[in-house]
Amino acid sequence: MPHDHSDGPEHSHLSDIDARVRALESLLSEKGYIDSAAVDEIVDTYQTKIGPRNGAHVVAKSWTDPEFRNWLERDATAAIHSLGYTSRQGEHMQALFNSDQVHHLVVCTLCSCYPWSVLGLPPTWYKSPPFRSRAVIDPRGVLQDFGINIPDDVSVEVHDSTAEMRYIVIPERPTGTDDWSEDALSKLVTRNAMIGTGFALLPAEAS
Amino acid sequence: MNGAADLGGMMGFGPVDDEPEFPKFHDAWEERVLGIIVALGACGQWNLDQSRSARESLPPATYLTIPYYQIWLEAAITLMRARGMVTDEELRSGQQLIDPIAVKATLHPENVQKVLYAGGPVDRPEQGEPAFKAGDTVVTLNSNPTTHTRLPGYARDKVGEIERIHGFHVFPDDNALGIVENPTWLYKVRFSAQTLWGEDKNPDDTVTLDLWEPYLRALE
Repeated sequence: MPHDHSDGPEHSHLSDIDARVRALESLLSEKGYIDSAAVDEIVDTYQTKIGPRNGAHVVAKSWTDPEFRNWLERDATAAIHSLGYTSRQGEHMQALFNSDQVHHLVVCTLCSCYPWSVLGLPPTWYKSPPFRSRAVIDPRGVLQDFGINIPDDVSVEVHDSTAEMRYIVIPERPTGTDDWSEDALSKLVTRNAMIGTGFALLPAEAS
Repeated sequence: MNGAADLGGMMGFGPVDDEPEFPKFHDAWEERVLGIIVALGACGQWNLDQSRSARESLPPATYLTIPYYQIWLEAAITLMRARGMVTDEELRSGQQLIDPIAVKATLHPENVQKVLYAGGPVDRPEQGEPAFKAGDTVVTLNSNPTTHTRLPGYARDKVGEIERIHGFHVFPDDNALGIVENPTWLYKVRFSAQTLWGEDKNPDDTVTLDLWEPYLRALE
């Protein structure tokens, strides 16, 4: 059996796509092209091991360790890999540093390129036409969809991920966190802050 | 190709709906498709650019209306049928009717972590010198290939500035044909939002794209 959640009473209510995927997995397993236990392992890895907490670690470390921040600016691939985040869709990295003069936003207009190694799998909206179409032509409008207003005198830099370079936004460190540990700071770093559709949480928002 | 995947600058799709970090999948089938597609990579029957090419070759109305993981699914089926890995009859029945073709490898669970963490770097040993340096003004090709390209429609025949040299990377337009990687210099190129979209845009806003040398020429 490819997977063990198919035999319950809900079976008759399966959607077409669900049934097609089950048939395909069964066929590909029978033909020896895939091993369903490997599929389980891949899914589990992206459910539980590789996700935005990786990127939050990178960001928090950049806030507390000037040497690491410097390394991240010069060679983000090596700096991020040094923390163990080497997995696929993170082979070639660049970090983008937000400031009071520039706000970075990452998109992939052509498909769904996203830094899996530090952010995990992309959210649905990142892969969908509303974001992909509008992020390049109306980034300020897109940011308003996320409740963010960027003042006119702050430039918005959009990065369209057209190659295998993957981008992580380093948001500004929230005020009032001077004595915070790296671990505590990492809890302020949201997935959206690292795409550029959010800011890091304020201390009051984190609790 | 000018397919439905080339979305930059299109209008009418409505607002972006944010979603929380969890759950990561919305249906069980999405999990299985993600895992199956990643696992199929080990078979070595297509490369990254061939799979992207298959996805963007879906009929536009289909591409724009099915869930993203289904785009992956339909493209993978196209690739597998083209290579004789599966037949329509097998897909209908879910049962093997012809022998499998020889594949490079099957991914087993004990190798998953190793494969995921190894990734698939696309930088290659550098050959020759880059034609451009940071600060150079370049203009992008005005070109409409019917095959795979990573130069989006909105950034064709536009003047931009080289921001940095990323390295020497596999050239997707050629790699998608499945014959040669033809690696070449990859640049980060910055365009003014006004250049791309008109003078009503904020003069300080920019869009950067990662573009290979064959997409660029020096501005005369």
